[in-house]
Amino acid sequence: MILVVVEHDRGTMSPATWEALAAARAVGEVHALTIGEAADGLVDQIGAYGATTVHQVHHDVLTDYGPEAWGEVVAQATRALSPDIVLATGTDRGNEVMAHAAAILDLPMVANVVEFDGENLVRVRWGGSLLERCRLDAPVRLLTVAHHAFAAEEAPVSAHAESLAVDLDPMLARTVVRERVERKAGVTLSTAPVVVSGGRGVGSAEGFAPLLELAAELGGVVGCSRAVTNLGWRNHTDQVGQTGTRIAPDIYIACGISGAIQHWVGAMASKKILAINTDAEANMVTKADYAVIGDLHQVVPAITAEVRRRRSTSSPRT
Amino acid sequence: MRILVCVKRVPAPGARINITADGQAVDTAFLGFTMSPHEECAVEEAVQLVEQHGGEATVLTLGPAEADEQLRYAASLGVAKAVLLPIDGPDWDPQLTAQAIGAAITDIEATDGAFDLILFGNESADSGGFQVGIRVAHALGRPVVNGIKGIDVDGGSLRARREADAGVEVYEVSMPAVLGVKEGINLPRYPTLKGRLASKKVAVAQVVPQGEPGGQRMITLLPAAEQVSATVILGNGPEAAGAVVDMLEEIGVLK
Ligand SMILES: Cc1cc2nc3c(=O)[nH]c(=O)nc-3n(C[C@H](O)[C@H](O)[C@H](O)COP(=O)(O)OP(=O)(O)OC[C@H]3O[C@@H](n4cnc5c(N)ncnc54)[C@H](O)[C@@H]3O)c2cc1C
Ligand SMILES: Nc1ncnc2c1ncn2[C@@H]1O[C@H](COP(=O)(O)O)[C@@H](O)[C@H]1O
Repeated sequence: MILVVVEHDRGTMSPATWEALAAARAVGEVHALTIGEAADGLVDQIGAYGATTVHQVHHDVLTDYGPEAWGEVVAQATRALSPDIVLATGTDRGNEVMAHAAAILDLPMVANVVEFDGENLVRVRWGGSLLERCRLDAPVRLLTVAHHAFAAEEAPVSAHAESLAVDLDPMLARTVVRERVERKAGVTLSTAPVVVSGGRGVGSAEGFAPLLELAAELGGVVGCSRAVTNLGWRNHTDQVGQTGTRIAPDIYIACGISGAIQHWVGAMASKKILAINTDAEANMVTKADYAVIGDLHQVVPAITAEVRRRRSTSSPRT
Repeated sequence: MRILVCVKRVPAPGARINITADGQAVDTAFLGFTMSPHEECAVEEAVQLVEQHGGEATVLTLGPAEADEQLRYAASLGVAKAVLLPIDGPDWDPQLTAQAIGAAITDIEATDGAFDLILFGNESADSGGFQVGIRVAHALGRPVVNGIKGIDVDGGSLRARREADAGVEVYEVSMPAVLGVKEGINLPRYPTLKGRLASKKVAVAQVVPQGEPGGQRMITLLPAAEQVSATVILGNGPEAAGAVVDMLEEIGVLK
């Protein structure tokens, strides 16, 4: 049996969990674990992705997310249910919770697997730039699945819920979320349909103005490379890449970015990529779907002007 | 405050990562070395906290003798002490790494006193196991939260901020504590000439690493599937704008 740890935020299941359930289903019988009362309403949604049993855990310290408390629950569920594999999401929370469980159980844990149905596993290194085949010697395999590595397809069954008793030390509340400042609604870098990004080639903080204009015109947001955040031209929240944000827009427009592997890995899930660069040999150009060779300071405003020209000459938009 | 930062020496690849013929390592023949940006930020955070609250920062790594370079880089930014846990050959697995670091910390604390705060990177740049810091915290019995992008120290406790999909989460943890830090928590400074000179004089303490191997063993590295696309050159300079907008219309971005 494969036990999937359901990642949810105050009762809202994360799309990464759909992927984990679908990945587990391909390998064996799937049970799910939900942590906290807020997740009690998820049984049908979990069944839609093929889990037959949902083990629900309730406790006073589980009112909100807390890495230590969640890790302890996963450890106790592993002992109680004896699964062959425990699978969590390869996200901030999933990786963190599984590492806690592994530390408590004194077992190995393999993060961000892309294959786990055989004797050996394949996992992601360098944020996805490289893979590793590895062996895991353990009575229970604790794994997280790399985000976007498995399709989140439904395969509905009728799941039933069971309550799982846990014994939690109130001390575990020491790392439960104390406060939360909600994000303002609106497009974010990770969900935007269009991202217009600038690299060192933009030349200055002010140089981003035409990129912001083009992004606004296309209903998107601005991103940047690490060179730019290091220079203080843009905030790190705009950074695309291994240590920034992974994006998957309909189009990624990369202006004055050379395309280092650590940048590329954050952008490669984009449906289409347009590189604008003075250097026709730049990695970003040779890997992109489309490219314009030229000075971004001239090319970007010209694109914005052309978009506006076509809109003003075409029939009024509704 | 007494603060410890743990960093890992990794190669700094450029346009692509090449694997050695035996599949066991990244080909570093033409590469420099660095540490993860998350860890660079952890070092900067330690230096800033010491500037604000007094005390002393220490940097620690488990790695080859050459990792002296990363220790001295941290020293050039203002870290006072450095500790090397020397190993030969391939990387140690995450359980073994965490055991060795945990044991070394216990040793250091027995003579020099406890660290109020131990900082890790959120994940290492190369292996990205997302676990060494959490395992060390459990070994020491201390609270730990990963993904931290803001730290405010107030007396014996700290408020740590983390960005989640829904917003910014705030954790309140009393010290001694362990945190995994993400890039963006600060903007790391560059070493000054004075800092670089001072770093040459820092004595690097050596602790013999020990522990039992864990259950994860690498068999081989594999290249990630390369995206092969024949790039369509839409034109040169601003004259290409028309072709670009044609393309945007074609793929349905321009509605
Ligand atoms: C562990 C690790 C993690 C990292 N994580 C990230 C990450 O998350 N994100 C990230 O971006 N980087 C990351 N990096 C850094 C990465 O290796 C590169 O250093 C960085 O991406 C380079 O940024 P850049 O392309 O803007 O700058 P450069 O490499 O300097 O490229 C500038 C480009 O601009 C072009 N150009 C110059 N002038 C013009 C002009 N007028 N018009 C058009 N083009 C012009 C040049 O031809 C060149 O191609 C990481 C590095 C490491 C070691
Ligand atoms: N060999 C090492 N020496 C010192 N610190 C390490 C080492 N390996 C990992 N770490 C620390 O643990 C964090 C998490 O590593 P990992 O579990 O490999 O993702 C890193 O960002 C470092 O801060």
